[in-house]
Amino acid sequence: MTRLTKAAAAVAATAAIALLASACTGQNSSSANDDATKDVTITFWHGWSAPNELKAINDNVARFERAHPNIHVKVQANITDDKINQALRAGGSQAPDVVSSFTTDNVGKFCSSGAFTDLAPFLSRDRIDPAATFPKPMLEYTQYQGKRCTLPLLGDAYGLYYNKKEFAAAGISAPPKTLSEFQQDAVKLTKTSGNSYRQLGFMPDFHGYESTPGHLAAQWGVKYFDANGKSQVAQDPGFAAMFSWQQQMVKALGGFDKLEKYRNTFGDEFGAKNPLHTGQVAMGIDGEWRLGMARDAGMNDLGVAPFPVPDDQASTYGKGYLSGTVIGIASNSARKNAAWELVKFMTTDTDAVVSFANAIHNVPSTLAALKSPKLDPDPGFRTFIDIAQNPASTTTPASINGGAYQVTLQDFGYAYESGKVKDLQAGLRGVDSQVDKDIAQAR
Amino acid sequence: MSTAVHPLLRAKRRKAALRTLAFLSPWIVGFSAFFVYPLLSTLYFSFTHYDGFAAPTWTGGKNWTYVFRDYPLFWPALRNTLWLVVVMVTLRVVFGLGIGLLITKIKTGAGLFRTAFYLPYLAPPVAATMAFVFLLNPGTGPVNHVLGGIGIPAPGWFTDPGWSKPALTVLALWGIGDLMVIFMAALLDVPREQYEAAELDGAGPWHRFRYVTLPNISPIVMFAVVTGVIQTMQYYTQPLVAGKVASGIIGNSGQQFEPGYPDRSTLTLPQLVYNLGFQRFDYGAACVVALVLFVLAMAFTALLMRRRGGLISAED
Repeated sequence: MTRLTKAAAAVAATAAIALLASACTGQNSSSANDDATKDVTITFWHGWSAPNELKAINDNVARFERAHPNIHVKVQANITDDKINQALRAGGSQAPDVVSSFTTDNVGKFCSSGAFTDLAPFLSRDRIDPAATFPKPMLEYTQYQGKRCTLPLLGDAYGLYYNKKEFAAAGISAPPKTLSEFQQDAVKLTKTSGNSYRQLGFMPDFHGYESTPGHLAAQWGVKYFDANGKSQVAQDPGFAAMFSWQQQMVKALGGFDKLEKYRNTFGDEFGAKNPLHTGQVAMGIDGEWRLGMARDAGMNDLGVAPFPVPDDQASTYGKGYLSGTVIGIASNSARKNAAWELVKFMTTDTDAVVSFANAIHNVPSTLAALKSPKLDPDPGFRTFIDIAQNPASTTTPASINGGAYQVTLQDFGYAYESGKVKDLQAGLRGVDSQVDKDIAQAR
Repeated sequence: MSTAVHPLLRAKRRKAALRTLAFLSPWIVGFSAFFVYPLLSTLYFSFTHYDGFAAPTWTGGKNWTYVFRDYPLFWPALRNTLWLVVVMVTLRVVFGLGIGLLITKIKTGAGLFRTAFYLPYLAPPVAATMAFVFLLNPGTGPVNHVLGGIGIPAPGWFTDPGWSKPALTVLALWGIGDLMVIFMAALLDVPREQYEAAELDGAGPWHRFRYVTLPNISPIVMFAVVTGVIQTMQYYTQPLVAGKVASGIIGNSGQQFEPGYPDRSTLTLPQLVYNLGFQRFDYGAACVVALVLFVLAMAFTALLMRRRGGLISAED
C-alpha cells in the first residue's frame, strides 16, 4: 500500500514532466518544393474572433480562392500565440501552413528559432521589394537580425482618445500637443468624489490597460538596444524621462494608491464597460480599434488625436507607437509555395489590404493601400493612418526571446510607480542587466 | 563453502522468475515509458539548449545557473508554492475534516448540506476563478460592498500582493467537496463501540475526537495531505487565471503578459515551466524547474510518509 502510494505520488508529480518531454519532438524543413499550380488545401490560423473581423477575413480568403481556384484554404480563427507555438513545434497534418499573430514582439523568437520560414527567397522570386511595398516601421517589426520571416498584415497605431463633451465642459478647446499641456488638461478634467473620483482626467498607472511603459516610451523616441544588441534603457535618457513624467502624473492626479483603487472599478478593456466608454476617464492612450468599439458601445463623444509629445520634442508631434499583426509560413509546412500565394495576396494585394483595413478599422500595411482612395475617409481613422505614416513613429524591436525584455521593463515600472523602488537610475541599470542575462540564456 | 543447486531446481526458479516478470511486464512497460523515460529526458534536456526546433546542444550547467541565479521569477514562484503547500493544504485538510464532521452529526437535511458543499467542487476551475475575481473585486465586488457596509476594512484580494494568496486559499476552501466526501466516508467507518467505550470512561467530545476519531482516520488524513501537497505543487490554472483577470490584461491583443499579478504574488512553479518551455522556447530551463518540482514533491511525500508511519492506521 505504502509503496504503491509512493509510486502513484511520483507519477502524478511528474505528469507535467512527461508531457514536457514528450512534446519535444518537432522537426522542420526549410525547403519549398510543392507545386502551387496543383489542387491543394492549406490551413490558415489567425487570432481574430469578433463577427465583423471573421466576416472580413473570410471575405478576403474567398477572394483569394476565386483568384486561385486550385488552392483551398481551411481557416481556423481565434488562435493565440501559445497555440501557435505548440502547433509549430509539433507539426503534423493538422498543423497550420500559414500563421498570423497579433504579438509582434514574438517575431524575434519565430525567426531565430526557425519556426517560421524565411520569406526572402519568395519575395525575391516574385520581385517584391519590401522597402518599396511596406512602411518602414512595419518592416522593422516583421524581421529579426536581417531574417524576414513574417510580413505585416495590417497595423495598429496608438493615439490619444479624449471625451469631447468633457473637454467642452472644462473649457479645453483642442487636444493637448505637449505633455505639460496634457498634464494640465488631465488635472482640469479630474473630478474627485470623497476618497475616489467621479471622473479621472487620465489613468497614468502602468496597469491602466494600454498605458504601458512600451507604449508611452515611444513618445520619447527611445532605443532599447545598442549596436551590439545590449540593453540600453539606462543610457537612453528617454526612459528615465518617461518614468519621471509618469510619476509626476501619478502625484498630480491623486497618488498611486488612490488611482489603483479607482482602476479596480474599471470594466474589461475589450468590453462595453471600458472606462473611456463609461466616462470614468476623460482621456486615454489606445489603438485605432477603440473607435469602432466605442461606437458599438454607444459612446459617440470620443475624439482622437496623436498622443502628446515631450515639450522639448514638440516638433515631432504626430508620432506614436506602432504595432500590428504579422503573417508567416510555418517552417514545417509541406505546402510552402501554395502558402506563399496566400501570404502574398493577403499582404500585398492593395484591394485585399484596403477592404480588410476598412472592415476591421486597422491601419493598412502597404504604401499603396495607405494612399488608396478606397480607404475609409472617417477623420478619426485617418488620424491613425497619419500616425502610422509619421517617420518619427516607432515600435518595440524584435528580440530573440520575444517580449521578455518588455516584461522586465514593465515589472520595473510597477515597482517604481508603487514606490517599492526609489532609485530610478539604479533600477534601469538593473533592467539592462536582467535583459542581457535573459538574452544570453536564449542564445 | 558453496552448495551446488540441482539443475532441475535452478530451471524451476528461472521459470518462476520469468513468469513473475511476464505478469509484471505491463506495469514495467508503462512505468518505463511514462515515468522513467520522461524523467531521464527531462534530466538530459536540463543540461542542453533546446528550443524545440533545432537539435538540443549540450550546455552543461548553464540552465541551472540561470534558473537559480539569474531568473528573477524562480525564487518568488518557489516561495509562493511553498506558502500554498503549507497554508492551503493545512487549511483544506482542517476545513474538509471539519465539514465532514459537521455533516456526519447532522440528523436532518444532511443530504442537502452534503450536496451544497460538494457542488462547488464540480465547477470548472477557470469559471470558478473568474467568478471569485468578480466577487472579490475591491472596487465593484459584492463581498467588499458587504464588508464595507458592516464597517470591516475591505481587502484588495486579487489586486493586493498581501491578499492574493489568501484569496486563492478561500477559493480552494470553497471547492472542498472532494475532501469532505473522503472524510465523511472515513468518519462513518469508525467503529461505534470505540466511542461508547470512551464515553463510559468519561471522555468528552475533544478526547473522543483526539483518541478515537483521529487514530482511526489518520491514514485518510495522511492521504489528504500527500495528495494535497502534490496537487498544490502542480497548482496552475487558478493562480494564472486570477492573475490575468485581475490585472485586466487578457493576453490576446499583442500585449505582454505579466506573470504572477499582483507583484508576482500568484506566481507558482508550474507557471514557470509553461512560461519558459512553451512561451520562451527554452526547454532546458523549463526542465530545470520541472525537476525542482519533482524533487520537492518527492521530498515532501517522503518526509510525511516517514514521520507519520505512512498510510497505516493506528489499528494496523
